Order: sequence, then structure tokens, then C-alpha cells
Amino acid sequence: MKRSIVCRCEDISEEDVIQAIEEGYTDIEELRKKLRIGMGPCQGRVCIQIVARILEKKTGRKVANIPLPTVRPPLIPVSLGTLASEKDEK
Amino acid sequence: MKSKADVVIIGGGVNGCSLAYKLAKKGLDVVLVEKKYLSSGATGACGAGIRQQWSTRENALLAIKSVKMFEQLSHELGQDIEFRQGGYLIAVHDKKEMDQAEKNVTMQRSLGLKVDILKPEEITDVVPILDVQGMKAIGATFCPTDGHANPFRTTFAYADAARSLGAEINTHTMVLNLKTSKKAIRTVVTDKGPIQTDVVVNAAGIDSKAIAEMVHLKLPLIPFRKEIMATERLQSLFEAMVISFKDGIYFSQQKEGQIVGGIPIPEEKGGYKTMPTFRFLEHMAHTLTRYAPVLKHVNLLRHWTGFYDVTPDARPILGEVKEIKGFLQCNGFSGHGFMISPMVSELLTNLIVDGKTSEMLENLTLDRFKGNNIEKELSVVG
Repeated sequence: MKRSIVCRCEDISEEDVIQAIEEGYTDIEELRKKLRIGMGPCQGRVCIQIVARILEKKTGRKVANIPLPTVRPPLIPVSLGTLASEKDEK
Repeated sequence: MKSKADVVIIGGGVNGCSLAYKLAKKGLDVVLVEKKYLSSGATGACGAGIRQQWSTRENALLAIKSVKMFEQLSHELGQDIEFRQGGYLIAVHDKKEMDQAEKNVTMQRSLGLKVDILKPEEITDVVPILDVQGMKAIGATFCPTDGHANPFRTTFAYADAARSLGAEINTHTMVLNLKTSKKAIRTVVTDKGPIQTDVVVNAAGIDSKAIAEMVHLKLPLIPFRKEIMATERLQSLFEAMVISFKDGIYFSQQKEGQIVGGIPIPEEKGGYKTMPTFRFLEHMAHTLTRYAPVLKHVNLLRHWTGFYDVTPDARPILGEVKEIKGFLQCNGFSGHGFMISPMVSELLTNLIVDGKTSEMLENLTLDRFKGNNIEKELSVVG
């Protein structure tokens, strides 16, 4: 069976996204919490735009009107050792 | 949207959805309204822990009974909520903390909980990656039946079960006003229309205060921004949640493998600000790598904020208020709403369906703040 991967970090396919939308999860934040899209190392760079387009197709809402998930820093993964090398000011 | 209901629940977090499910199961006509999406508030931002080791009897009892329900919940709701019992290890740092820990353990054991006091050398038997000297522990308490569940899955599973029993769940629906007459609830006015009802449950998290103000009721709630982080996924390293009341840190490894944890910034003040801070990352990374030095090689993926709705005694406000008939509170969870949600919704269901109250519920009503003998919960982290 053909399976188009939408989220490489969490191995979520287009079919998974469509199914969740059909179950009533019609918000990117909701889909994120349901499917874990955007929670992997890429933090949504790969999947969120694709998910927004699937949502547009399924719900008729324009991509421009679909709110993106809240940005959660840091922009790229940083090791705890690097962060701990800063002085912990009291 | 329905224009009439037996009960209207305001708030689609774990407590609101759990209550919707239990009331619908009893045959009541339930409408739930949520401003954003389900689990968009404190539930969706929380650390997922389920702990029974509390200092006050009510919190311990609520949690112990909730764990019994969590054990059955995946089966009952027909969806896996990822409940696992890896225990909670609470670090003890000095004599004063040990005295309190002994007192807590005695009370917890009297309620039938299995909980042990560990010697320093026993700590790494439970969580091998810990550095006992680095964390400056002189011991720990450990309860093996504490654990975790997935807060999103739990909330969604409750909501799905509630819907299939006939409850109506309206997301992206804002409550604009509450109308009363003769000191009793009559109508909930929303942006999608009014709903007539005799019972309103205020389960709106930090917005509960604003909801109560619609009927001129003051709730002693202060929102506190809390920050929390997640690392990349790792192989399973440990099963217990590690916490320290002194350092305020908590962290655990989730089912998918990421380590999730938080710590308060010492200078944090109450308020509605949501922005994450770099200060948190520094403080968390310092403390976490002091507790578990091997984690310095692990990447942090993201960090986010959520709110504790904190009451003066760090215990929830539950039950009907004296001032307005039919206006029930289900808020003020002070950072531990997820873990006691099964029992909270049970108590409120008994009250709404059978008019049955209990000693536990009476001790947690808004009225307790009018008295002078408030017993404060001491075992708070994050």
C-alpha cells in the first residue's frame, strides 16, 4: 500500500492526518497533540506546512486562516551540556 | 449547539472532559464549552505525572483513589491513555526535609499506600543515572505505584467517550456571561448562543477567576507561569519520576523516550505572562545535569509554558458555592489537576447526580478560606 509520510520524526502519514481530521481534530494544535506532529527534532519544519494544506483540502479553510502552532524555543536542538555551560545566576 | 442542558461545564481540560463523561454516563444531558481546543490549557502543558505522595490527607486520598481509577481507565474508555507505574522518587536533602518526609510517609501508609524511605545508596537502584552527591541527597522516598499517563490522550479519550454517551462538546466556544435569578444559575451566554441550565461547573483553569467574576464571586486564584522542557527521544533509561521540593525540579522519561521536566525560576512572580525564558533553560540544564550528569550529552528539543492556578493552600476549590445555587467550582488545582482528575470528577458527579457530598469535598469548598485553620499542602514542585 502506498503511504505518503507527512511527519518523518514521528512517522505519521497523510492517511493518519486525514483520519484524525475526520475524527474531528481540525486544529493544527489539536492534531499535534493527537499525532505528535511537530514534536520531533525538526519541530514542525517538515510537516506543519503539509498538514496545513491537508487541512485546507479537508475543511475548506484557507491555509492563511489556519493558525500555526505556538513556536516553542529553541529553534534548533541544543545539548543540555551547552545550556549548562552558561553561568546559573542566582 | 443545544439551548438547554442539565449541566454546562466550562473548560475542556482533563477535569472538564472527565466530568462530562461521568455525568453523561449517569444519563444527564451535558454540554461542555471550551474557548480554544481540548487540553489547550494547563492539561496540555503539564508534566504528565501521577503522584500519591502528598503532605495533606485530602490530596493523598484524592490521588490514591485516582490511581485506582487510572489503572482501569484505558480499558474503561476503550483507548490507551499510556498509563504506566514507574514510581516517584522524591529526593530528601536535609534533616528538616527528612522529618517532614517521615511525617508524610506515616500519614500515607495509614491510608494504605506502599511507600518507602530510601538510603542514599538505594537511590541509584531505582534511577541509575542519578548522581547522589551531585543532587546532595541524604535519602529519598519512593512510591512504586505512582506514575504517568498521557494528558492529551486521557482528555481526548474522556471526550470521545462522553460524546458517544450523548454529551455535546463545543470547542472554540467562548462564555460571555452567566445569568442568575434569585441567587441561582439560569443561563450560560456564549458566542454561539445561550444555554439554559440549573448547574454550571467552572473548570476553566486560570480563566476560572474571570468566569466567577461574571456572577460577582471572588476566587482566591493566582496564575503562575511554569516552564517545562522536552529532550530528544532516548532509549529507556529510567522509569520513575524524580522530584525535589527543595530544588523544585521534576523530570521523567516518557513512553516515547523523551525526558520531560521543569523547575521554577527563583524570581518568578504571579501573572498571565506566557513567554518562555532563556533563564529557565539555564537553570533547568544546570540542575538537571547536576542530578544526572550523563544527560549533558542529550539535546533539548523544545520548551514551553503552562499555568498553575494556585490557591492559598495549594489545594483545589471544589463543589457548590454558598452564594449561588447551582454554581460549582472545579479549579485551583495548583499544578496537580491531571493526577487527581478521576476522583475529582467522581466527587462532583456524586454531588450533581445524587446531591451527595462527602467530608473530602466539604474540606475543599471555597468556604474553607473564610476560616482560619487552612492546612497548606507542602509537597509542591515545578
